[in-house]
Amino acid sequence: MNKKSKNAIFYAIIVSLSALALISLILIVGFILIKGLPGITTEFLSQSPSKMGKEGGILPIIIGTLYVTLVALVIATPIGVAAAIYFNEYSKDTRSVRMIRFFTEVLAGIPSIIFGLFGFAFFVVFMGLGWSVLSGGLTLTIMILPTLIRATEESLKTVPMSYREGSLSLGATKWQTIVKVILPCCKSGVLTGLILGMGRAIGETAAVMLTIGGSMRMAESLLDPTRTMALHLYMLASEGISEEKTYATAALLIIIVLIINTIANEISRRMIKLS
Amino acid sequence: MEIRENEEKKFDIKGLDLYYGKFQALEKIDMDIYANKITALIGPSGCGKSTFLRTLNRMNDLIPGVTIEGDIRFDDENIYEKDYDVINLRKKVGMVFQKANPFPKTIYENIVYGPRVHGEKNKEILDHIVERTLKEVALWEEVKDRLNKSALGLSGGQQQRLCIARCLAVEPEVILMDEPTSALDPVATSKIEGLLGELALKYTIVIVTHNMQQAGRVSDNTAFFLSGKVLEVDNTAQMFSNPRNSKTEDYITGRFG
Ligand SMILES: Nc1ncnc2c1ncn2[C@@H]1O[C@H](COP(=O)(O)OP(=O)(O)OP(=O)(O)O)[C@@H](O)[C@H]1O
Ligand SMILES: [Mg+2]
Repeated sequence: MNKKSKNAIFYAIIVSLSALALISLILIVGFILIKGLPGITTEFLSQSPSKMGKEGGILPIIIGTLYVTLVALVIATPIGVAAAIYFNEYSKDTRSVRMIRFFTEVLAGIPSIIFGLFGFAFFVVFMGLGWSVLSGGLTLTIMILPTLIRATEESLKTVPMSYREGSLSLGATKWQTIVKVILPCCKSGVLTGLILGMGRAIGETAAVMLTIGGSMRMAESLLDPTRTMALHLYMLASEGISEEKTYATAALLIIIVLIINTIANEISRRMIKLS
Repeated sequence: MEIRENEEKKFDIKGLDLYYGKFQALEKIDMDIYANKITALIGPSGCGKSTFLRTLNRMNDLIPGVTIEGDIRFDDENIYEKDYDVINLRKKVGMVFQKANPFPKTIYENIVYGPRVHGEKNKEILDHIVERTLKEVALWEEVKDRLNKSALGLSGGQQQRLCIARCLAVEPEVILMDEPTSALDPVATSKIEGLLGELALKYTIVIVTHNMQQAGRVSDNTAFFLSGKVLEVDNTAQMFSNPRNSKTEDYITGRFG
C-alpha cells in the first residue's frame, strides 16, 4: 500500500470515529430533550413538588442544587488554589510532597459513593452537621478538589520562569510575585478547573445521596436538608414515580449545565482577550 | 588595576567559588566592579558568565543545590551574610535578561510594577516614573499613545528597552545585563548600545556579551572568563590592544570560542 492511500484510510478512520462520538452525544441529548422539554413548563419551574414529585414542579430542588454546588465551589476554590500554589511554587520535590500528590491523584479516581459514605460518617454524624446543604457541599468539596488542584497546577506550570525571574529581580517578594504576576496568568486555568468541578458537583448523585437528606422542601439555611436535581432524577426514575417528571428534570439538568458552561467559556474568553 | 585604586568600588569579590551540586562552575574569582563604569564579561559559552552575573543579585538562590563560598561585598557589605536583605539588594541591583521578559500586562503596568511592590501608590508619581524611564530608554515617543496596550505587542527591541525601563523604575544603582542584545537585530542593538553610554553616567553596568565589538565599543573594563575562572580583568582598551594572557588574545581575535 502506498503512502497516499494509507493516509486516506487513516483519515477515514479518524473521521468516522469522531463522527460516532458526536452522533452518540447528539442522540443522548436529543433523546432527553425531546422527551423532557414538553414537561418543562412555567409551573414545573416555579412550584414545589407534591406527591413525592409525581405532581407540581421542582423549584426547591433547583435551588437546592445551586446551593450545594455553590457551597462546594466557595470552599474548594481557595483551598484548591492554595494547595496548587504550594505544590508548584513552594514545595521542594520531597518524598512527603510526592506522597500527597499521589494521594490527590488517587482521590480523583475514587468512586463517588465512597465520598458519600465518608461524608456521611464524618460531616453528617461525627461533626454533627446532619443531613444538610453544608454536609453535601463539604463532601462535594473534597470530591472536586483534585480536579481543581490539577487544573490550577497545570496552568501554573505554563507560566514562564522568566516572569518569576523578572519579578524577583525587581525586588518583589515571592508572595508578591505569585499574587501579582503568576496568578493573573492562571485565571483561565483556575476557571477551567472550576467548570469541571462544577460539572461534577451538579451531576453528582451518589456523594450527595448519603449527605444531603433528600428533602423536597425549600432549604432555608446551610443546615437544612435538601435535594439536588440529579438525586431527584434518580429517585423519580428508580421508584417509577413519574416518567414525565423524570425526563423533564433530566432535560433541565442538561440545559443548566449547558448554560453554565457557556457562561464560563465566555468569561474565560474575555479574560484571555484582556491579558 | 593599580591605576584605578582611587575609584569607588561597587562590588568587591574575593575568592568566589560556586557549585551546582558537585559541579564547580566558578573558581576563585577575584574581581572589583567600579561605580559608574561599564564592565563587560566575555568568554566562550559555558564558562560561567551568567552564573557569575547572577551571584551579584543573588538570583542563583532560586536554583536548588547551589552552594557559594567566598566573599561578595556590595557597598562594603557581604551580600551572602546570613541576615542580608535580599529584597533590598535586588532593588539596588537590577537585572535585564537575555530574552526580553515583559509581564503580560500593559506597558504602563510593567513599569510601575517595581515601584508598586516597593510601596509607591501615588498616581502622579507613578505617571512621572513611567514618563521618565521611558524617556531614559528612548521609548517614550514610540509608545506614549499606547501605554495601556499590552507590552507583548511591542517589537523585540522595544520589549528589551521596556525591560530596561522597568528595571530603571526602581532606581537601582547597578544594572546587570545578560546578553541583552543577542536576540535583537542590528538596529535595535545599536539603539541599546547607544543607551548604555548614557546610563553609565548614573548607573553601574555589568554586561555579558558574546560580541567582541560590542565589548570593545561600550565597556570601560573587561573580564575574560574561561572554564569558571577569570583569566584576565583590565581596562578594555588595554586588554583589547595589549592582552596579557595569550588565551585572552586568542579569544578576542576570534581564534577560539
Ligand atoms: N542550573 C544549573 N545547574 C547545573 N549546571 C548549570 C546550571 N546553570 C549553568 N550550569 C553550568 O555551569 C556552567 C556555566 O554556565 P553559564 O550559564 O554561567 O555559562 P555562560 O558563560 O553564561 O554561557 P553562555 O555564554 O552560553 O550563556 C556551564 O557548564 C553550565 O552547564
Ligand atoms: Mg549565559
